[in-house]
Amino acid sequence: MALLEVKNLEVSFALRYGDLVALDDVSFTLDKKERLGVVGESGAGKSVTGFAIINLISKPGKITQGEILFEGQRLDTLTEAEMRHIRGNRISMIFQDPMMTLNPVLTIGTQMVETLRAHRKISRKEAKKIAIRKLELVRIPSPARRLSQYPHEFSGGMRQRIIIAIALITDPSIIIADEPTTALDVTIQAEIMDLLQELCASEDMGLMLITHDLGVVAEVTERVLVMYAGKVIEMAKTSDLVANPLHPYSRGLINALPGYGKCDTANRLQQIPGSMPNLTEIAPGCSFHPRCDRCQDICKREVPKLRQMKDFASRFVSCHFAGQEPVK
Amino acid sequence: MSDSIVIIDDLVKYFDISGGFLEQLQFKSGKVIRQKTEVKAVNGVSLEIKKGETLAVVGESGCGKSTLARTVIGLYPPTSGQVFYRGQRIDNLSPKQMLPYRRRMQMIFQDPYASLNPRKSVRQTLEEPIRFHMPKSNKKEVKERVAYVMKQVGVNPGWKDRFPHEFSGGQRQRIAIARSLVVDPGFIIADEPVSALDVSIQAQILNLLMDAQEERGLTYLFITHDLSVVRHIAARVAVMYLGTLCELATTAELYNNPRHPYTQALLSAIPAIDGRKKQHIRLPGEIPTPINLPKGCVFHGRCIHANDRCLNEIPVLLQVGDSSGSYVACHGVEEGRV
Ligand SMILES: Nc1ncnc2c1ncn2[C@@H]1O[C@H](COP(=O)(O)OP(=O)(O)OP(=O)(O)O)[C@@H](O)[C@H]1O
Ligand SMILES: Nc1ncnc2c1ncn2[C@@H]1O[C@H](COP(=O)(O)OP(=O)(O)OP(=O)(O)O)[C@@H](O)[C@H]1O
Ligand code: SF4
Ligand code: SF4
Ligand SMILES: [Mg+2]
Ligand SMILES: [Mg+2]
Repeated sequence: MALLEVKNLEVSFALRYGDLVALDDVSFTLDKKERLGVVGESGAGKSVTGFAIINLISKPGKITQGEILFEGQRLDTLTEAEMRHIRGNRISMIFQDPMMTLNPVLTIGTQMVETLRAHRKISRKEAKKIAIRKLELVRIPSPARRLSQYPHEFSGGMRQRIIIAIALITDPSIIIADEPTTALDVTIQAEIMDLLQELCASEDMGLMLITHDLGVVAEVTERVLVMYAGKVIEMAKTSDLVANPLHPYSRGLINALPGYGKCDTANRLQQIPGSMPNLTEIAPGCSFHPRCDRCQDICKREVPKLRQMKDFASRFVSCHFAGQEPVK
Repeated sequence: MSDSIVIIDDLVKYFDISGGFLEQLQFKSGKVIRQKTEVKAVNGVSLEIKKGETLAVVGESGCGKSTLARTVIGLYPPTSGQVFYRGQRIDNLSPKQMLPYRRRMQMIFQDPYASLNPRKSVRQTLEEPIRFHMPKSNKKEVKERVAYVMKQVGVNPGWKDRFPHEFSGGQRQRIAIARSLVVDPGFIIADEPVSALDVSIQAQILNLLMDAQEERGLTYLFITHDLSVVRHIAARVAVMYLGTLCELATTAELYNNPRHPYTQALLSAIPAIDGRKKQHIRLPGEIPTPINLPKGCVFHGRCIHANDRCLNEIPVLLQVGDSSGSYVACHGVEEGRV
C-alpha cells in the first residue's frame, strides 16, 4: 500500500466569471522513503494539489471529484476536527507563502512550542528544547536567542527555514514542500535538501517536493510529475525525464533553464512561446496545443490521455505524439 | 564618479533586538549589567553602481542583502555611512525631500505574498503609484499605461479587477514587477525578483527586465542567490558574506576565476540538472551569527584556508589580477595561498 494515493482528483473554484478547474483528473502515489518532484509552470496547480491533500481548499474552491488516501484511509471525507490530527502532525506542508505558517504577532518560539504542544503531551521546556534543535537543523545561527524574535525580524530565507523547522517539529510521515528553498542560496539549499533526503531514508518519510527548480528536482527526487493547466502531462523517473523529456512542454521547461551553456550576459533565454490558457476557458483538445510546435489537427480536437510508454516502465505521457519522431 | 548613478559609502546597519529594559539586564560576574543585543546585518559596504549596468549582489541567506537594499532605498535609516543618487546624498533626507527619489528608485520585493496589498485589486495596485507620482496623467493615460505594463509582464490585462489571492505565486510576482515599472523609474532594486517563479516565467521576466533596461536605460541592483540567473543578467557581481563584501568582479571573471573561498564554495553548489553529482564544496563549521561577529575574517570559521592572521585581522577589499576590476577581501588570496 502506498503511503499516499491520489486518485482522479478534481478541484474547481466557483468564481464570479465562471468555474476555474484548477486540477483535472490528477492521480499519483507516494511511497514511504520516496522523494517525488512536482514541476510545472506558474498556475499549473502544484500548490492546489498540496492544499487538496491536507484538505485546505477553501471556498469558493472545492474537491469536486476523486479520492485521497493516506495509509489507506480516506482524507477527503474527514471532518475538520479529524483532519486536524493529521495536518501539521502526520502530514506537514511547507507553504510557499510563509505567512500561511507564521503569525506576525507571535514570536517564533511561541509558535513552535504551541505547534508541538497541540499534538504532543509535553512541557513547555521540553518543547522549547525540541524547537531549538529543529532550528539548528535548518541552520539558523544562535537559535536560542532568536526564539524571542518576530517573523519580520528575520531575512526572507531565514523565515523559509523557520517554516521548514515548524513543519519538521512533529516528525511527520509526509512532507509536502512547496518551493521550500526558493529564498535560499545554493549552499544552504544543499544542506536543507540533504536534511530532507536524510529524513526520508532514516524516518521513512515521504517527500513531495514542489519546485520550479529542475536542478533541485534532478538532484533530490527519484520520480517526477510535470503539471500543465491542472493536469499531469508527464510522469517519469527523474533521470529519464531530464535525459529525454517526451512531452513538448517538458522539453520546453528543460530548454528554458538559465545557466545551460556558456556565460554570456547579453543573451536572451529561450522561452516557451505564449502563456498557459486561462483555466476558466479551456479550449477543446490538448491544453498545450496553442503553444506546441508539434501541434496537428487531432490535438485541437481530442484531449490526449495520460498513457504508459511502451519502452519505459513507470513512464506516462499525455501527448498524441509522445515517443514518435517529430512530425513535419 | 560621473558615470555612477548610485554610490554606497561604508554603509552600516544594525538592528537592536534586545527587547524591553528588563530583558536587557544580565547577571555577569556578580553584577547586574545592561546589555544590548544587536544584529549586525550590514557592516561597512561600499559599492558604486554605474549608470545603465546591472550589478548583482549574491550571498548566503541572512547575509544582509535585503537590508542593504532597503537601506539604500531609504526604507531603513543607516546606522552609519552614506548613500548618493546621482551625486546627491539621500540617506539623510526628510520624507518630503525624498519624494522625487521614491519614484526614480523603485524596489521589487522578495516576497510576492507580503508585498501586494490583499485588499487591493490589480488595477488599484497599479494605478495608485501612477496617480501619485505622475499626477498630470489623465484617466485614459493611466488606464492605457496599466494595460500596457500588464501585457509587458505577461499578465492578462483582462484580470485587472482580480485580487492577489486569486493569483498563483508567480502571477503575483509579475504584478509586483509591473508595479515598479509603471512609474518609469531610473534605478530599480530587484530583491530576488524571479526566485519564486518557474523557469519559463523566470526566462520571460529576465528577458523583460533586460528589454526594459535597453529601452529605458535602466540601472539595476539585482539581488539574488541564484547564480545561474546572475550569469544572464548581470555585468558585475558583488558577493556578500555576513554583512561584508568578500568579492567584487565582472560576471565572466567571477565564474571563470572565482577567487574568494566563499565564492568558490558558492559556485560549486549550483545544482545541475544532468544528475551527475558535482563535487560540491560543503562548508565545514557552523554558520556564524551576525549577533556576535567573528573576529578577523567573517568567513574564517568555515574556511579551509584560515590561518592565524585570518582569525585576528579583518581582510580589506583589494584589487587583484589585471585591470579587470576584480576585488577580493581575503588574506589567503593576497598572500597567494588560495
Ligand atoms: N483561492 C483561489 N481562488 C481562485 N483561484 C485560485 C485560488 N487558488 C488558486 N487559484 C488558481 O488555481 C490555479 C492553480 O494555482 P496554484 O497556486 O496551484 O499554481 P502553482 O502551480 O502552485 O503556481 P506557482 O508556481 O506560481 O505557485 C491558478 O490559476 C490560480 O489562479
Ligand atoms: N527588521 C529587522 N529587525 C531585526 N533584525 C533584522 C530585521 N531585518 C533583518 N534583520 C536581520 O538582519 C540579518 C540580515 O537580513 P537580510 O534580510 O538583510 O538578509 P538577506 O541577505 O536578504 O537574506 P535572504 O537571502 O534570506 O533574504 C538577519 O540576521 C535578519 O534576522
Ligand atoms: S498532444 Fe499535440 S498539441 Fe498536445 S503536446 Fe502533444 S503534440 Fe503538442
Ligand atoms: S581571509 Fe582567511 S579565513 Fe577569510 S576567506 Fe581568506 S583565507 Fe579564508
Ligand atoms: Mg504554487
Ligand atoms: Mg533577503
